[in-house]
Formats: sequence, C-alpha cells, structure tokens
Amino acid sequence: MVGHSRNWPVIAGLGLISIPLLVMYIYLFVDTVTDSPAGSVLPNRFTLEHWRFLTEGIEGKGNIWKVTLNTAIFASVTTTVVLLVSSMAGYALSRLNVPMRRYFLAGVLMLHAFPSVTLIIAIFLILQMVGLYNTLIGVILVKSTLELPLGIWIMKGFYDTVPWEIEMAGIVDGASRFRVWRSLVLPQVQPGIVALGVFSFLAGWSEYVLPQVLAPSSNVQVLSVYLASLIADDQHFDFNLFKSVGMFYIIPVIILYIFFQNKLMNIYGGGIKG
Amino acid sequence: MEIVVKGFTKHFGDTAVIENMNLTVKDGEMLALLGPSGCGKSTTLFAICGIHKMDAGQVLFGDRDVTHVPAQQRNVGMVFQSYALYPHMTVFQNIAFPLTVRRESKVDIKRKVMEIADLVYIGELLERRPAQLSGGQQQRVSLARALIRRPGVLMLDEPLANLDARLRLEMRSELRRIQQETGIAAILVTHDQVEAMSICDRIAIMDQGKILQIATPAEMYQRPVNSFVAGFLGDPPISFLDGVVRQGILVLQGDADDTIPLPEHISGQPDGKVLRLGVRPEHYQPHFPTKVKGAVVFVEMQGREILFDVKLSNGDLLRSVQAASSQFKLGDTVEWGVDPAQILVFDDHGTRL
Ligand SMILES: Nc1ncnc2c1ncn2[C@@H]1O[C@H](COP(=O)(O)OP(=O)(O)O)[C@@H](O)[C@H]1O
Ligand SMILES: [Mg+2]
Repeated sequence: MVGHSRNWPVIAGLGLISIPLLVMYIYLFVDTVTDSPAGSVLPNRFTLEHWRFLTEGIEGKGNIWKVTLNTAIFASVTTTVVLLVSSMAGYALSRLNVPMRRYFLAGVLMLHAFPSVTLIIAIFLILQMVGLYNTLIGVILVKSTLELPLGIWIMKGFYDTVPWEIEMAGIVDGASRFRVWRSLVLPQVQPGIVALGVFSFLAGWSEYVLPQVLAPSSNVQVLSVYLASLIADDQHFDFNLFKSVGMFYIIPVIILYIFFQNKLMNIYGGGIKG
Repeated sequence: MEIVVKGFTKHFGDTAVIENMNLTVKDGEMLALLGPSGCGKSTTLFAICGIHKMDAGQVLFGDRDVTHVPAQQRNVGMVFQSYALYPHMTVFQNIAFPLTVRRESKVDIKRKVMEIADLVYIGELLERRPAQLSGGQQQRVSLARALIRRPGVLMLDEPLANLDARLRLEMRSELRRIQQETGIAAILVTHDQVEAMSICDRIAIMDQGKILQIATPAEMYQRPVNSFVAGFLGDPPISFLDGVVRQGILVLQGDADDTIPLPEHISGQPDGKVLRLGVRPEHYQPHFPTKVKGAVVFVEMQGREILFDVKLSNGDLLRSVQAASSQFKLGDTVEWGVDPAQILVFDDHGTRL
C-alpha cells in the first residue's frame, strides 16, 4: 500500500470499468425495497413487502430459515472437512517421505483440473447405492472431495515455506512430531488456513449443481437451489421477490469478502506474510 | 558428560557423506568441527542429536548408548545457523518452549527463564518477538533456548556465520564465556579457522566426510598431519613450494634451479623424491638464515602489519608478514630467509614427514 497516491489513474480506470457492475448491484438492492411502474426504470414507491418472505415464507416453498440453515451447515461442514484434511495432507506431502509423492501430487492436480460436472452421473449413482442420495452428508462429502485437491496444493505450498530448521529445533527441544506440527508449524501457515477456509466457505455457499442434482428434496434444500426453484416456477412469477432472495443470499458473501479480502490475497501470495 | 561417536557412517542415496568416523568430546570441553562447506559437519551434528539416523555406528553420552534413543530424549541443546527461533512466540515463550513441552510448573519456568536470560544478557527483551531482534540478540535467544534445560551437550552449527564482522568477534567471546560458565561440553561447527582456533579447546578438522586430525589449536597449527590441514589453518595462509630432492637439497620445480636445503629433521631423503615445503608467512623474514630470492609483487597494508607476496624466479609465491614499519616496496628485489626449523615438509601424498 505504499505510494497509492501515484496509483490513482489505475484506480480511476478500474473504477470506471467496474461501474456497470456497481450499477447492477445498486439496482438489485434498490429493486428489493421499491416498486416500479411497468415499463419504467425509476422506482416510485418504497416498500418492504418483497422482504416478507423472511417472516411469512413463500407460498408452496420451504421455510427460508430452514434452507439458510441447510446452506450454512453445508458450507461450514465442507470447510471444516477441507481444512482438516488439507492441513494434514499438505504437511505430509510437503515434509514426509511419502512413497510416490510426485505422482500423487500430479494426480491431485489432475483431479482439480477435471470438470466435476462430468462426474455427476457416476456420483449420483454411487450416492444412491450407498443410501446418501438426498442427504446433506452425501452432498457435503462430494463437495469436500472436489475442493480437496486445491486445498491440499495450497497448504503444501504454505508448508514448503516453513524452514526445516524450525521443526528440527522443536524436535531437539523435546517436542513430539505431532506437537511440533501443532504448536510450531501450524501457526506459521495460519494465513493459508484462514484464506483456504474463507475460500471453501464461499465455494460451498455458492455451490449449485451438486445440491441440485444430489440433494434436491425440500428438507435438505440449500439457498442456491431454492432460488433456482423460484425462477423456474412460472405460476407466480415475482421478479422483485426473486431479487430480494438473491440479495439475502449474497449478503454473507459480501460481508465475508469485506472482512477477509486481505487474507484471501494470501492464497495467491503463497504464504507471504501480509 | 563425555560424548563418543564410534564408526559413524552416513549415506544419502548412493553418496557416502560420512565414512567410519570416530570422535570424542571430553566433558566440559569445547570442540570445533572445522572443515570446508559440504564436508559433512552438519550431518555429523544432526546424527549426534538424533535428527538423522546413522547408517552404522554408535553414539555414547557418558556410559549411555543413545544410538537408538529418539532426538526428543537425548537432551541436547542446539543452536542453528539461522537460529530457528519460533516466529510466532515471544522471546520468553521461545526460551520456555523446551520446559513447556516437559510440562514444568509455571513458577519453575519463569525462574529458569529469568536465570538464563541474565546469563546471556537478554533480560529486557523477553516480551519481544524474534522479528524485532537484531542478529546478535536472536543468537543470544537461541543460545538461551538451547541451554535452559541444562543439556548434556551443546551443539552450535555455524552460529556466527550470519553476523557482521564486529558482532561476530563479540559473540565469539560470548559463546566461550557462556560455555565456560555453564561447563557444558560443546561442539562448534564452523568453516572459519580463526573461530575454531580462538575459542575451542580442541579442533577436529574434516574434509570430504573424514576427520583428518584432532588436536589442540597450537598443536594443529605447528604440526599439521598433512598439507590440507596446513593450508586450512592460518591467515594469511601458508605457501607451498614443490620440488625434487637432490643430494639432501630440494631443487624447486621449474628451470631456474633455485634450491632450498632440507631442514635437519628431514634427512636421508633419496634423490629424485618429490616433496612439498610449507612456509608460513611469519617464518619468511629478512633476518632468517636460509635465503630465498624473489621480487615483491603484492603489498597489503593491514594497519599493525604488512603482508608481502614475493614471487620466486620459478613463479612460485612466498608470503611474508612483517611489522608495519617495514620499508620494502612493490617491485623490490629481496633476498629474505626462511626459518629452517619451522619448514613443514610433505611427501607427494601430502602427508607431513
Ligand atoms: N538430506 C540430504 N540429502 C542428500 N544429500 C545431503 C542431505 N544433507 C546433506 N547432504 C549432502 O551431504 C554433504 C554434507 O552436507 P553437510 O553436512 O550439510 O555439510 P556441511 O559441512 O557444510 O555442514 C553435502 O554434499 C550435501 O550435499
Ligand atoms: Mg552445515
């Protein structure tokens, strides 16, 4: 952030390009609290009735709070699984003499590059077979698995920047290998953990295809699926309601971004302390 | 506690890094492990403290065979070249870590940390983090952390290499003071012969995974086992002259037929034998008897002393260190002498005769 006064042409340029996006977001918000006469772009009436779904629900749809809870569970459990597994697997791949490590790493990267949609039929069949179809657990497992390759790679990158000598010092100081990992190494990769956590949470929060295909029933529905079902319903089509639910859906995302934007940069900085 | 390493061998993949090494560190002494970069000093250290497994051999701490004891239970203190402080902990927490791991009581930990902090003079830094310390201070913290649980042996892996020249001098004597005050046996790994000579009781000099000689600094300087050791110790370094024996006299290589009489203790060498003489700069002086003629080709004023390089007619160099009052100049032709009693003579394998 040094010398940002000299960057102002860049900032102005980027700002200009972003204006359409900004206008869309502003309109999204404005439309959720106003009514506009047909054919006009300018609203003429302030109203909160588009937000009524929060208290009264929507006719023929599940309870919005139940759906939100499902989404939160889906996103946070996915995040937890991804963090737990990546932080350990990344360490093992960075430090231990795992046999065939190179092939394993290359394989993991392949998985990441693999478009997950192409797997969906196979996954669908498997979940049905093991009885996890239409359950949150099932879709959480699938989502975490698909997030893991990236997570493992990112965490391995962060572990690679922690000097060996710190671990040797810990061992000589009498700490077990696990203690060294937990008290000495993990704190050094904390920026990676935070960034990966936020990243996975957002990925889980915005995931649509997997829950739509693997857990469509109303008691395990998540917000993205709920939103899609609103738009698919031609019976009572209410565009402002749709926008309000959409707004409701992205508020947590925006809040997370505002709080963690610096930390998210760390993923690309590969462990540079910021 | 006496540390004994017997028959230590270590391979990395196919390359043998250490081959059948034997080493003893006596109780309370400071031993230097001296050698060029990459000769296996750190590897030896890591094997003694248990980080590396040995491919063959034994390590004894006193009468206890620790060859198969994990590093955590060997109770060695180690100072790394990069200090390896834990960046997210304060100085206090860093020093206390070995005790925290052992679950000692808070009161005990506090008392011991204060004690050791006083010993290494960092009492007022305890709340800082490593990033807020200078190199010398980090070094002291690292030392305190290594000493706090009263280790059986203290290992120092190039502890001074990352310090600037002035600080290095200061920390050098500090290391010695602290080691002597605690009376803990210490191994100092270094590639700097001045460091090894100035603060260690004995030096083990290594090359390519082998220990060539273990001796006190004075002994090693005066009676090196071979030309490698002779060349490694001493600054400015020793000069070598190659030649062939003819009737008890060494004829230097080249066509110039310069000769140097062999010293008395090297008598009875057969004609035609190839020998190498080592002459230290302090033993090539204007007043010594065995005269060697040459031209001054390089003069370096070092304040208290002047260093001269003298080129002989066959192209070989001899160095001389003289008091700063010396009046010789670049280009002078000089005929200075070598002290015959101090000439080191090596055979064609480099072994000293
Ligand atoms: N983990 C390792 N894997 C392979 N080779 C190693 C390893 N550690 C050290 N070596 C090699 O062993 C030799 C000795 O290394 P080291 O003990 O670190 O030397 P130094 O005397 O400079 O401390 C070097 O040639 C180095 O390349
Ligand atoms: Mg080394």
